[in-house]
Amino acid sequence: MSDMLGVVIGTQHYFVVGALLFTIGSTGLLLRRNTIVMFMCVELMLNAVNLTFVAFAKDLDDAAGQAAVFFTLIVAAAEVAVGLAIIVAIFRRRQGVTADDVDLMKG
Amino acid sequence: MNPVLFFVFAIIAVSGALGVVVARNPVHSALFLVMTMVTMAGFFLGLDAPLVAIVQIVVYASAIVVLFLFVIMLLGSDRGEPAFSSEHTFQRPVAILVGVASFVALLVLTLGHWQTGAHTAGGFPINAVPTVGGKTVSGAPATDAIRPLARVLFTRFAWPFEVTAVLLVVAVVGAVVLARRSQRPRRTETTA
Repeated sequence: MSDMLGVVIGTQHYFVVGALLFTIGSTGLLLRRNTIVMFMCVELMLNAVNLTFVAFAKDLDDAAGQAAVFFTLIVAAAEVAVGLAIIVAIFRRRQGVTADDVDLMKG
Repeated sequence: MNPVLFFVFAIIAVSGALGVVVARNPVHSALFLVMTMVTMAGFFLGLDAPLVAIVQIVVYASAIVVLFLFVIMLLGSDRGEPAFSSEHTFQRPVAILVGVASFVALLVLTLGHWQTGAHTAGGFPINAVPTVGGKTVSGAPATDAIRPLARVLFTRFAWPFEVTAVLLVVAVVGAVVLARRSQRPRRTETTA
């Protein structure tokens, strides 16, 4: 069953998936102008890194990699809470959450 | 992990990620994000990290995405906004170029020759046989995935673990302060 396709899934396969997700996330962050969707792209990038951490934990047989995922999760949760609060605060002032709307510091 | 399962999961995860970027409606983006997160939990299960997988679903796919959906619904930003910038026409090709370039760079790093540092003896092996007082427990399952994680979290990373509590408190207080409607009359804003 495990060699149905003639390939054994190793750590590198997970790294490729992680790289792909990270790149999609960063590209989306640059492409999109809706701040909420930009936040989702950041979450995507954090998740790609989490996948790499867990793959390394398995590869090196050390639970420290899984512990790192917990810290990433906590930072991500804090970031989303503060970030969405900032978006709500901006929306109160200027009725729009597009990144192009926030140009107060533009020269 | 089963290769068929891996490739199915990989396709679902990548298409979900593409959906987040491409979907015009932010609600659809959030739902695509759930798709990727749940698939990611499947990957974690395949990598002997069941607790991380469960936490991934509980925290990411539930709590964070529900928070996203709350804000989208609250602000009503799911209509009438251009998905991509119309002001900066050069932005799209540059973003795609940077994305492709960074993916190629990551791919070269991943598939090239790389090695990790020497593994120290004080590690926390995931698949260790559980022991009590130096003796192997007979009849206990050989793989106890949660115990090494708990051990590393409360020994080596005990101090960072405590600091995250402070971080979360600061984040909650900050979110409340930022999102609260101030009761005092707002000072008149000077328009530049």
